[in-house]
Amino acid sequence: MSEKKTKRRDFLFTATTAVGAVGAAAVVWPMIDQMNPDASVKALASTEVDVSALTPGNTLTVLWRGKPVFIRRRTQEEIDEARKVKMEDLIHPEKDEDRAKNPEWLVMLGVCTHLGCVPLNDKGDYNGWFCPCHGSHYDTSGRIRKGPAPLNMEVPKYEFVNANTIKIG
Amino acid sequence: MSDHDYRPKSKVGQWFNDRLPLLTLANHLTDYPTPKNLNYWWTFGGILTFCLITQIITGLTLAMHYIAHADMAFESVEHIMRDVNYGWLIRYIHANGASMFFLAVYIHIFRSLFYGSYKAPREIIWIIGIIIYLLMMAAAFMGYVLPWGQMSFWGATVITNLFSAIPLVGEGIVTWLWGGYSVDNPTLTRFFTLHYLIPFLILGLVVLHIWALHVPGNNNPVGIDIKKPSKDTVPFHPYIVIKDGFALLMFMIVFAFFVFYAPNILGHADNYIEANPMVTPAHIVPEWYLLPFYAILRSVPDKLLGVVAMLSAILILAVLPWLDTSKIRSAVFRPLYKQFYWILVADVLILGYVGAMPAEGLYLLIARVATAYYFLHFLVILPVLGFKEKTLPVPLSITEPVLGGSPNLAAARNKESKIE
Repeated sequence: MSEKKTKRRDFLFTATTAVGAVGAAAVVWPMIDQMNPDASVKALASTEVDVSALTPGNTLTVLWRGKPVFIRRRTQEEIDEARKVKMEDLIHPEKDEDRAKNPEWLVMLGVCTHLGCVPLNDKGDYNGWFCPCHGSHYDTSGRIRKGPAPLNMEVPKYEFVNANTIKIG
Repeated sequence: MSDHDYRPKSKVGQWFNDRLPLLTLANHLTDYPTPKNLNYWWTFGGILTFCLITQIITGLTLAMHYIAHADMAFESVEHIMRDVNYGWLIRYIHANGASMFFLAVYIHIFRSLFYGSYKAPREIIWIIGIIIYLLMMAAAFMGYVLPWGQMSFWGATVITNLFSAIPLVGEGIVTWLWGGYSVDNPTLTRFFTLHYLIPFLILGLVVLHIWALHVPGNNNPVGIDIKKPSKDTVPFHPYIVIKDGFALLMFMIVFAFFVFYAPNILGHADNYIEANPMVTPAHIVPEWYLLPFYAILRSVPDKLLGVVAMLSAILILAVLPWLDTSKIRSAVFRPLYKQFYWILVADVLILGYVGAMPAEGLYLLIARVATAYYFLHFLVILPVLGFKEKTLPVPLSITEPVLGGSPNLAAARNKESKIE
């Protein structure tokens, strides 16, 4: 008899605690999620850039989602240099062909994958970019070659709307 | 506290104190028996309280003029500097006050390290202190972001990006911290809110810190347990109050020197350039008081491990009471520990120096050696030293060495009891 009663009580305790926990989570979640990007931030998802004035060997930096995007019109030497690199020499192996569909145009987030600084153009040991914050060197394909950064600079989603316009995002 | 029972003299006082023992609390600032050999290194507790109150008052007044918005923050700080009556003074006190706060806290921490104040029965005081120190760093970091200069922006970017080192969820956490895809207005407003909140959390913890301190009472330069009250103690007021007051005055002279003669010497010129997400300053450095940890972060070539090393360097302090195996508290009676203590001090200063230098060549090598030594000190030297070290004889009381320091302990004890 008493054993049966205890079981009933246990069930009630467990059920009450479980419902209480769900209720508490339902209250806590909005408090946490309010800190995530809001609708107005998400709305600025894409940007269009006119690249007609960009000559080979130069970089255009534009702001997309609050971050700089490098649009580099590469010279033939830079393309050759990037394409002849062996995969086993790379920290984060990625083919240049996959990073720059149109070899002349390299589009990537100008954000160092170490701690988010903006790397400097035409600097470093690999003729690409150099991050002044903690000394990461990137090659002419924006791939990490030396330093603390773990990954290559990220290539965002982009497309050529027409010959002169790139749409990022 | 049990050996020091307080009872108010007046009837009204007793009636009130029986209902709310506030007067017992106040008594800790008057009759409270304090070791009579406390030296000037013990005055930094009072100095730190002063720093906290100063930061809260100047912070409140600055918040009346500051605008936490990415488009207006930088201008509003310039508005404080140029237009607001005495705005320059209040802001310089607040900005330099942060540095003074850290200067005092580092002296306070290193005093504890020297005299073994973190050891039993004071572990909880020590751990609360470490939590306060962590909160101070958070508050200082977020406060530095508020003027929205170049160093503010890129400092915020680099520090928040530390979280991206966490596997799988790292990127999500960083986006959540930012409230966007980069450091921007949502980041600024939340940092302002938290920067406003943290000092009050610190205030609460300071109360706990002092409460926990008043259970065993102060440690002292000799590092022995003393009877309270006894001839080894003096009342807090006026002895300690006057000593603390004098030290505070000296400290305020240094403080005033920075505020009036070199208000920007501890800051970075780049922070007078408005935040620009397109350009990173050529050389990013945190404020001086974070440099040793920054050097540790940069000395590890792997992103995740670098972050882990930096956090461990701080958190290792929390378990220090159990890493130090020696029963003797004060370094005065630990000839070997005393030497290692000074090597650690030098090591941290070297880390601070290389943290301000570019992370390359010789600097990087020095940073790596210094980082390795830092962990070696806490993880190997301290635990081993407790077993190997030949310590010097510890006096029975604070008064004993003064009263002759007879090699015959029984005679010394006898002498003492007569005086009591």
